[in-house]
Amino acid sequence: MNNNTILQVSDLYVAYGSIQALHGVCMEVHKGELVSICGVNGAGKSTVLKAIAGVLKPRSGSIRFKGKEVAGSKPEQLHKMGMALVPEGRDIFPSLTVEENLRIGAFGRRLDKSYAADLEDLFSLFPILKERYHQAGGLLSGGEQQMLAIARGLISNPDLLMLDEPSLGLSPALVDQIFELIIELKSRNITILLVEQNAQRALGIADRAYLFSNGRIEYSGRPQELMDNVDITSVYLGGQNGGDV
Amino acid sequence: MNAQILLEFAINVLSMGSLYALISLGLVFVFGICKLVNYAYGEFITVSAYVLYFLGVFTGLPWLLVFLFGILAGVAVGFFSELVAFRPFRERSLDALLVTSFAVSVILQRLFQLGISPRSKAVPVPAFFNMNIQILGVITPLRNLLIIGTTVVLLTVLVLIMKYTTLGVAMRGASENFVTARLMGVPANLMISVAFIISGFLAGVVAIFWSARTGSVEPMMGGTPLLIGFIAVVIGGMHSLPGSVVGGYVYAFISNVLSLTLPSSLLSFRDAFMFAIVIAFLVLKPEGLLRGNYQEERVG
Ligand SMILES: Nc1ncnc2c1ncn2[C@@H]1O[C@H](COP(=O)(O)OP(=O)(O)OP(=O)(O)O)[C@@H](O)[C@H]1O
Ligand SMILES: [Mg+2]
Repeated sequence: MNNNTILQVSDLYVAYGSIQALHGVCMEVHKGELVSICGVNGAGKSTVLKAIAGVLKPRSGSIRFKGKEVAGSKPEQLHKMGMALVPEGRDIFPSLTVEENLRIGAFGRRLDKSYAADLEDLFSLFPILKERYHQAGGLLSGGEQQMLAIARGLISNPDLLMLDEPSLGLSPALVDQIFELIIELKSRNITILLVEQNAQRALGIADRAYLFSNGRIEYSGRPQELMDNVDITSVYLGGQNGGDV
Repeated sequence: MNAQILLEFAINVLSMGSLYALISLGLVFVFGICKLVNYAYGEFITVSAYVLYFLGVFTGLPWLLVFLFGILAGVAVGFFSELVAFRPFRERSLDALLVTSFAVSVILQRLFQLGISPRSKAVPVPAFFNMNIQILGVITPLRNLLIIGTTVVLLTVLVLIMKYTTLGVAMRGASENFVTARLMGVPANLMISVAFIISGFLAGVVAIFWSARTGSVEPMMGGTPLLIGFIAVVIGGMHSLPGSVVGGYVYAFISNVLSLTLPSSLLSFRDAFMFAIVIAFLVLKPEGLLRGNYQEERVG
């Protein structure tokens, strides 16, 4: 582990009761990288993000974030340390306004000039949020809710942004928009761990990728190496011709 | 004459409804955050009432201070019961918490019985509370107007806190989705402590007006307000703070209408009618009048 490593997961085991979901996962993310996790439904992609973010307590194994051992820490502590998870299914607060959703995303932050400046910056990425600023989150469309969920993750200026299936359930045009946004965030040097079922798109923009299967890492490496393996593509990677079930 | 009856009815509904609204609000604050139906809530009220009794009888403190300490006692019992009894079990199941709240309730009742007295004690009430006031020909004790005014002030303050402070916004977020709120950096312990503190505060205010109405305090007194809180919450909706307030006033309205309309031979069955209405609510409108946004999820 060099000091460029922001996240290092070693030999991680996570279970839901008696159901073992992760069997010894090892992975790492370096500063400024865009790392993608792919795999079919139930492969354990969300589980690994939840364990990293502190929502699930690992049975064993180690999670080091910015050089500190954090396995078993509370989600609020990890957020304070600089993690942000944009959960699968967005999970915005439906009765709270866009403004209030963002304010919770910035919890622990002073609502001062720098907050206002960051908000303006977010509005340039998501103009719709400015329009809808005082509307209840539950009244936004699916795409707008996803924008809000990502903005809510970004407002804390995280050192590691984790996105769990941000394109899920969105129209093709909106999926394009989300991927353009991720590229923009990457160009701003934000470290991103991206879970996607839309593997072809994700591999197209990622620096490195992990392929999950049955709670294990099946492959890891450069996207090109993964895509070159056609067998893997048809079985695991989904995309245009199947597997996306 | 008719206008007078109407005004008297309105004062009765509003004063009773205000008290009931505060009772059910105290229950729902904790439920919203923890998804816990806190059976010990009635004993929060009893603790405050005993403090009012002791300070009122054995000290010469001015009323305002007696009330203040009574409320502080409610806050303290809310805060510490969460710390000692609920926090250690929070990671377990919600059922464990429910049983814990029964235990806290029974333990406190026994403590009152053994440590104070199983008999009821007269709680001194400031004279101005029972002073009769005449408004447009209607005579009513001042405490009826005081509870209405107090409730208006408290509700206004609570609305302002929940709407405009970051803590209040976080509490509303946490009651909609606790885990997501934590992922945004909202500390679980802080949210739950604040919910119990507000619940205890409301129990303290309720104790003042409850013991002024009944004139006494006894170990088991918490049962009745707890039941009232449950009924108001069933009517108004368990998942919404405004709903619980509405439920309190609707309960008072129905109860007063029953008192006015039931023939005197049936009046002793008023509560039975009330329960029938509650059952009808549970069958026809199980989510209550105001639904609120929530996720059926426990606090882990
Ligand atoms: N709350 C839970 N209780 C029990 N088992 C669960 C729970 N959540 C997930 N699992 C199981 O753990 C395994 C991994 O689930 P996970 O949600 O991590 O998959 P995923 O890769 O994110 O899938 P998807 O693409 O559908 O989001 C699955 O077998 C799933 O059935
Ligand atoms: Mg998932």
